[in-house]
Amino acid sequence: MKLLLDSTRCQGYGLCQEPAPELIELDDWGYAQVRESAVPQDGEEAAAAAVAACPNSALRLVK
Amino acid sequence: MTGVFSLLPEGRPGLLDPLLSGARMPGGTEDISTYLAAGGYAPLTVTDRLLDRIAAAGLRGRGGAGFPAAVKLRAVRDAPGPPVVVANGEEGEPGSVKDRWLLRHRPHVVLDGIRLAAAMTGAERGFVYLSDAHAERAVCRALAECPPHLRIDVVRAEHTYVAGEETAVVRRIEGGPALPTAKPPRPFQSGVGGAPTLVANAETLARVAVMYSRPDAAAAIAGTHLVTLSGGDGAAALVEVPAGTHLKVLADLCGHGRAGAVLLGGLFGGLYGHGWTDLPLDHDRLNTAGAALGCGALHFLHPRDCPVAVATEAAAYLAAQSARQCGVCVAGTRALAGTLTAVARGEAGGDTADKLHRWSRQLPGRGACGLLDAAARVVGTLLAHFPDRVHAHSGSVCAACQGGTPEDGRRFTVPVP
Repeated sequence: MKLLLDSTRCQGYGLCQEPAPELIELDDWGYAQVRESAVPQDGEEAAAAAVAACPNSALRLVK
Repeated sequence: MTGVFSLLPEGRPGLLDPLLSGARMPGGTEDISTYLAAGGYAPLTVTDRLLDRIAAAGLRGRGGAGFPAAVKLRAVRDAPGPPVVVANGEEGEPGSVKDRWLLRHRPHVVLDGIRLAAAMTGAERGFVYLSDAHAERAVCRALAECPPHLRIDVVRAEHTYVAGEETAVVRRIEGGPALPTAKPPRPFQSGVGGAPTLVANAETLARVAVMYSRPDAAAAIAGTHLVTLSGGDGAAALVEVPAGTHLKVLADLCGHGRAGAVLLGGLFGGLYGHGWTDLPLDHDRLNTAGAALGCGALHFLHPRDCPVAVATEAAAYLAAQSARQCGVCVAGTRALAGTLTAVARGEAGGDTADKLHRWSRQLPGRGACGLLDAAARVVGTLLAHFPDRVHAHSGSVCAACQGGTPEDGRRFTVPVP
């Protein structure tokens, strides 16, 4: 699975990082940065939680 | 005035030829009879072989990314649904003039390229995308002179740095604003109206057309570049040169041989200091050297120019040109430009270089288009090539940095010849 961020939608809420600190970091201004778009198998649950946490639907998990 | 020169060996076909040979170009534009006499619009019989020829010759896109043209053509051809072909003549880089020159003076060679790309991909619909009013008139006249077999519409956008980015092109053609969208999908997968769309740079399509009419010289045509040279107080020039030409040769051609540095790829390829004279005009070798050819625009820094001032103006221009769609781009370019401005004014704090280093590594690849990457690269290369010059600005202002920092990119803007 791949975790994709639409940077035009990311508003810097930062809510995605809490459930998925291994996959997402926040930059100096609070915008999300996906560390590695390929999600390891044991990270899929966290990735799905990050997707669900974004109030602006900026994250997508795709095959 | 911007000069027009060719450095091609005798007999090698070039895109500037008709103008340089003094061929009849009423109103400065090559007419249909001149283009036909040069072998243009040859009957479509061997387009499959043309695609193989493009692959064998290694033609790469001339919009900036340098992606292999044959790979893109095949991807569009093989995607489901009837494709669309777009000639992209909207060069966003203020220091590049080649695409507007081609559309103004040789519209037929670009339209011929659309015809051939359509034949290779199976497209039944074409567009010419541009912002330059002079180019638009020339293209419309050319379309009237020689009505094409497929429908070709001209779509005009307002000129901005990002208007020529491929997803912005698609969005504008669909009637929206000329602003980039998130990828994937890329236009070759889903572009205009959802159709697989070839967004090809105007020079790339012109080279395809000449490769069709001059199969004997295909490799040479693919290995030739239109470059725009500018800098300092010296002259600007549009020049056609073989790939691999050393940058020193290009600088000497327009009086910039004493330059201390060069800004490459328009604003996209970063600054290069000591050793720039030995760099060859070649995508891969420039990438290896930590630079980028981009659209082939080179801005030479006069020995009097301060690289900090040049980088600050580039960053300020890019910050002003941000489409303001991506929060990270708005915040990132503002921080880069603001911090560089503080450096130029001698007002930067002690942790400034660390911050700039961190941002220049953290920001590339984060926006929907390459604008943020350009700003990060200007800053990263300034720090890598001119650490002493940056350090020398702590607490004092150099003469070159004393003026303000214009955001309109005037230092980099080259008039179209």
